[in-house]
Amino acid sequence: MMFAPAPFLLKDTSVSQVMIQVCVALIPSILAYAWLVGPAILAQLVIATLAALLAEALMLKVRGKPLDLFLSDGSAIVTAWLIALTFPPLAPWWLVALGTAFAIVVAKHLYGGLGQNPFNPAMVAFAVCIVSFPALMSQWPSVGLELSLLDQIKVILGFGSPVDALSGATPLDALKTGLKMGEGTVTVSSLLANQEIYGRVAGRGWEWVAAGYLLGGLWLWHRKVITWHVPAAFVASLSLISGALWLYDPAQFANPLFHLLSGGAMLGAFFIATDPVSGCTTPRGKLIFGAGAGLLAYIIRVFGGYPDGVAFAVLLMNLCAPVIDLLTQPPIFGMKDKS
Amino acid sequence: MIARDEFRTIAHNGIWKQNTSIVQILGLCPLLAVTTNAVNGIMLSLATILVMALSGFAIASLRNLIPHEIRIPVFILIVAALVTVVDLLFNANLHELYLVLGIFIPLIVTNCIVLARVEAFAAKNPPVQSIFDGIFMGTGMLWTLALLGGMRELLGGGTLFSGIDMVIPGLQPLQLLPENYPGFLLALLPPGAFILLGCMIAWKNWMDARAAERARLKPPEPVSTAGCH
Repeated sequence: MMFAPAPFLLKDTSVSQVMIQVCVALIPSILAYAWLVGPAILAQLVIATLAALLAEALMLKVRGKPLDLFLSDGSAIVTAWLIALTFPPLAPWWLVALGTAFAIVVAKHLYGGLGQNPFNPAMVAFAVCIVSFPALMSQWPSVGLELSLLDQIKVILGFGSPVDALSGATPLDALKTGLKMGEGTVTVSSLLANQEIYGRVAGRGWEWVAAGYLLGGLWLWHRKVITWHVPAAFVASLSLISGALWLYDPAQFANPLFHLLSGGAMLGAFFIATDPVSGCTTPRGKLIFGAGAGLLAYIIRVFGGYPDGVAFAVLLMNLCAPVIDLLTQPPIFGMKDKS
Repeated sequence: MIARDEFRTIAHNGIWKQNTSIVQILGLCPLLAVTTNAVNGIMLSLATILVMALSGFAIASLRNLIPHEIRIPVFILIVAALVTVVDLLFNANLHELYLVLGIFIPLIVTNCIVLARVEAFAAKNPPVQSIFDGIFMGTGMLWTLALLGGMRELLGGGTLFSGIDMVIPGLQPLQLLPENYPGFLLALLPPGAFILLGCMIAWKNWMDARAAERARLKPPEPVSTAGCH
């Protein structure tokens, strides 16, 4: 017999349960990543996880919080995995470790720890590193790179050949640079015909990683870890703006499907913009948050100077989240909506 | 002239308790723009010290002659005249550094610290005290800007005192980190200055809290029985 006040929830979801499910949802894309792009991602996941746990333990000790309770909740591991997935897979080990430590120490604990951070820690790490080390953060492994796991680990640890010889821009960045170099004479379709970088719709290999994020995200929605509002609004606004510009001039703007399956769009829509701490909490607020993030991501990635815009878009919307929440408060049960 | 206690209070206020950069958080614009290395921060602070000491003296001397209603324009006129002198001095003697610091030397006029101390201190106190207030307020700014600039250039480029040859010919900047240090560019950008300034403010608050805690735990001093001996 259970005596409890309403609402009668079937079970209370703990932080660690949510975090474990997020990690499980990331597995399809990690497998696709390791299979199609290179197994170096596995090494980066290990480095990021170790750095996150170390930084978390250090900060918990400094702040006088119980170590075992907070270390085992898995939130640091989710942050670490998101960082490993957004950084270039052949980035030197210290870059990933530095980004993860910055995310945990500054973006999470200096703001008050789990549940208090106004910005998404993983995106703070990405923004800090791409602003500080733009060259290292823009070097992605060339597609078809034939390197064994051992060799890739050597590159990460700094014993291998210099990264320049092995890497190039992301498919998204290559398209932007190609269009800029062509100065109006080069069309998107002629650039996309380059089979070395591009696959059916987006970057070769990368489109399947994005599909993995989509699959994991839909599973999270099915498990009710996330709601549909943010991803739907993100995908809709990104499709709308990219579709409108594509219809206006298909030679200069890539189609919506390319943008949805490129860069961090799918990861951002399902795993990052849905962060319950730094995002919005009201249903209408979530729609605005997702739509704003999608729109800003498109503007920054197409017209801006950085390879991708999802991180900056999410951080900018994080800034707006408290105000959006305030303005979209649903009416109290039984009261009339003021607006 | 000036009592020892008064001097100590002015010094303590300027350097620590009322520190311009980490307590009053005044003059953020030069703080963010100039402290990309320690030398720039030190030299701009020295210029500010000179302006503050001179303007403190000038305004404290004239404080009984300035009509209360129009005191702010008069203060600004005096400060602007003194800043022009310092500006020309820098241009003549430290021309390379003058080019680096650029607009921030003339902008000392608009620096809130100068007007704030003139209005809050020099307009109400005698000249000698006002000179020391200007010097110690500027010294507070000096060590914070030097520390911030030093941290920013060390993190951002691995050097310390780069540009020292512009001030003292023949001296070389220190290369503290290895040549192939990639450089944490964020530290050199304005956000890095904000983050490090935040850390310095937190450090100051922590020191104060620790001192307050120690003062609380310390047993009260035994009551002296004055007059018995």
